[in-house]
Amino acid sequence: MYKQVKINRGLNIPLKGRAAHVLEVAPRASMYAVKPTEFYGINPRLTVKIGDHVDAGDELFYHKYIDRIKFTSPVSGTIEDIIRGEKRKILKILIKPDTTDTYKNFEVVKPENADRSQILDLLLQSGLFATIKQRPYDVIAHPDDKPKAIFVSAYDSAPLGVDYAFALKSKMKDFETGITVLKKLTDGDVYLIVNGNTASDFDKITGVQVVKAFGPHPVGNVSISIEKFEPIAKGDRVWTVNPADVAIIGNFFNTGQYRPERHIALAGSQVKDPKYYSIIPGAYLSDFLKDKLKDDNVRIISGNVLTGSNITKDRFLNFYDNQITVIPLGNKLRFMGWMPFLGKNRKGFYNFGIESSKELDIDANLYGEERAFVMTEEFEAVMPLDIYPVHLLKAALLGDVEKMEQLGILEVAPEDFALLDYINSSKIDTQELIRKGLDIMQVEIG
Amino acid sequence: MKFIEKFFNKYEHLFLEGGKYEKLRPAYMAMFTFMFTPDETTKKGAHIRDAVDLKRVMFTVVLALIPATLFGMWNVGHQYYLQAGTEVSNMEQFMYGFWKVLPMIIVSYAVGLGIEFYFAVLRGHEVNEGYLVSGLLIPLIMPVTIPLWILAVSVAFAVVIGKEVFGGTGMNIVNPALTARAFAFFAYPTFMSGNEVWIPKPETVDAYSGETILGALGQGHEIAYTWKEMFMGTIPGSVGETSVVMILIGAVLLLLTRVASWRIMVSGFLGAALMALVFNLWGANTLMQLPWWQHLLVGGLAFGVVFMATDPVTAAQTRRGKWIYGFLIGVFAILIRVFNPAYPEGVMLAILLLNVVAPTIDYYVVQANIKKRMKRFEKQTA
Repeated sequence: MYKQVKINRGLNIPLKGRAAHVLEVAPRASMYAVKPTEFYGINPRLTVKIGDHVDAGDELFYHKYIDRIKFTSPVSGTIEDIIRGEKRKILKILIKPDTTDTYKNFEVVKPENADRSQILDLLLQSGLFATIKQRPYDVIAHPDDKPKAIFVSAYDSAPLGVDYAFALKSKMKDFETGITVLKKLTDGDVYLIVNGNTASDFDKITGVQVVKAFGPHPVGNVSISIEKFEPIAKGDRVWTVNPADVAIIGNFFNTGQYRPERHIALAGSQVKDPKYYSIIPGAYLSDFLKDKLKDDNVRIISGNVLTGSNITKDRFLNFYDNQITVIPLGNKLRFMGWMPFLGKNRKGFYNFGIESSKELDIDANLYGEERAFVMTEEFEAVMPLDIYPVHLLKAALLGDVEKMEQLGILEVAPEDFALLDYINSSKIDTQELIRKGLDIMQVEIG
Repeated sequence: MKFIEKFFNKYEHLFLEGGKYEKLRPAYMAMFTFMFTPDETTKKGAHIRDAVDLKRVMFTVVLALIPATLFGMWNVGHQYYLQAGTEVSNMEQFMYGFWKVLPMIIVSYAVGLGIEFYFAVLRGHEVNEGYLVSGLLIPLIMPVTIPLWILAVSVAFAVVIGKEVFGGTGMNIVNPALTARAFAFFAYPTFMSGNEVWIPKPETVDAYSGETILGALGQGHEIAYTWKEMFMGTIPGSVGETSVVMILIGAVLLLLTRVASWRIMVSGFLGAALMALVFNLWGANTLMQLPWWQHLLVGGLAFGVVFMATDPVTAAQTRRGKWIYGFLIGVFAILIRVFNPAYPEGVMLAILLLNVVAPTIDYYVVQANIKKRMKRFEKQTA
């Protein structure tokens, strides 16, 4: 029997440039980068040096505080450079790829017959454990924890979100194996959140709690389902994994090799021909994006427009992201741009509802300046969780641990506040505030 | 628009760090961002943002006030010529009021914005847009005969004590426009109440009756106006608050653009209607006997509920809190009005009172949420 989750509060932002259901193989990139900064809260210790040769799946660095958590190379090649920033912080490990990949061979085990510690061990060795995140705090999980449930959301309800039913169509066997692996990691249930409005192969996955989600974004966010089915209390751990990573985990257990290749959506109004590509994370995108963009004055985002990261300068695909979005930069002055109803100012939340309008071409302009909290109504309008966002944000601003906990910070992730970023007329970066609040909580409570 | 841009660029260096007028940068930026929405792009958080900023929000409220303002100007002239006993065209009535009200608006904006700019420069932060609305609200809730110096003093009091000492727009406890009115009302009562302040006194007439409906009822007099006149607003009163029709036009704009909370408006009228109904059943004096629905039409109730109670900063901030907050404003407005005929300003006092109580309402709403969570924590860890 299916479970159901339904929300009313939220907002669908219709954007131009949805990726068509066509899959192409992206050419091999000239360079790959692994960015330790992407793995939030990880303190990297290198195990390679410039000039070393690595196979796909070979260790590059590990987490200083939990050395079992390893991070591995997505391709085989030679370590070209290690780029450091301030205080010698490691920013990027550049790998010049071989023409064809050679793979490190791990032990092949059938997850049905393996025990938990064996599975955990393989995940940690292959670097795949980094794909498992925990709630609270939205950080990489701790291998000693036993989660009370695991959530996988195969419904990306964000603007121009990935259609996992299409992206993973050819990987369903791996996906099923991956789910079997996850089931071994918890004594509780594995939940699979799917789009309630369309049927897909995900509905047929057995042994999981399929949750049909109805309503506007952020209904696909795992927080919504976690709140409903496995609410988090102090001390609880819930793990979350992206469905694309579930398929990679499954593939690893089927083949014994770490093959992180994934099907990403290249989307956005500035993409000439938006569609899906098979690509290896860490790939340098400059060659790949050449001739695919309409204009140079753009914002290139690894991830979606609400939660992704700006890679306009950097141009290396992130480890976790299943999407590249390209939108106009919009770095121009607009004469009296604050006037309502006039000119080409696009519709907003306030102007008769954006939901019903046709597909929009929104740029990365801030559309105003930062101000104090004024319009308090707007925050609750897009917050489907049972929390009071203004009060929580103010507690986070003050770093008040007790207040934050009481107001429910353990139940949220920054992504749940992405729409608040979008909507709020005071132009406050709420996701950042929540991230800071979560960091404080993790240090204080752990 | 290129030449305006060039003009700003030409003088920008004076206001940059190390420039001659470095300290005045907030003032420069306020002017610049008024003319141009900046080219700044998103740095952190979501990459796309709604086109609405506080400037647009505030300007939408100003737009919503325009029908009431224009009608108010006409009504000032209309009431004046009615008393004078001369018949003139609508245009002449409007022009008379226009020249009476315009100086009030100018003084209000000049004094208020002046102080706002001063504080922004002093603190080195941006000029907030909040006063764009307060600056128009204040003249609209004052009697037209108020001396401009009293207006100026009230505005200064409201902006400094009502707002800036708390940290500016977004931090204030009570509505700045109502603070101005309350200040004037208690500091200069002879200019703010009575029968002779609502209509400029024609020189040719010795005795005239300019008392408001609530004033008349308070004295136990018969009211000289029909409900249609109350609804249309051709009655004496503060400049902008008499016409329910014009206020409702503004309300429609505020609700369509989602700038104001419909919860507060609905619950405000509901609370007032209910309280008035209760008094109708009691019926001990003339104010109690005024039919409940007529209570909604007089005494600035509609103006207060639509434009002042919905101020998002001073209202309750949670949805549930807004229902309670609005409802109590309605209840108290009628309560004060009926029980204390010396203060027909029930709406003003009710909103100010609830402004102060709003954080407490929110506290209990949020506390209920916290309690629920804590109970769950206990159950799960037990």
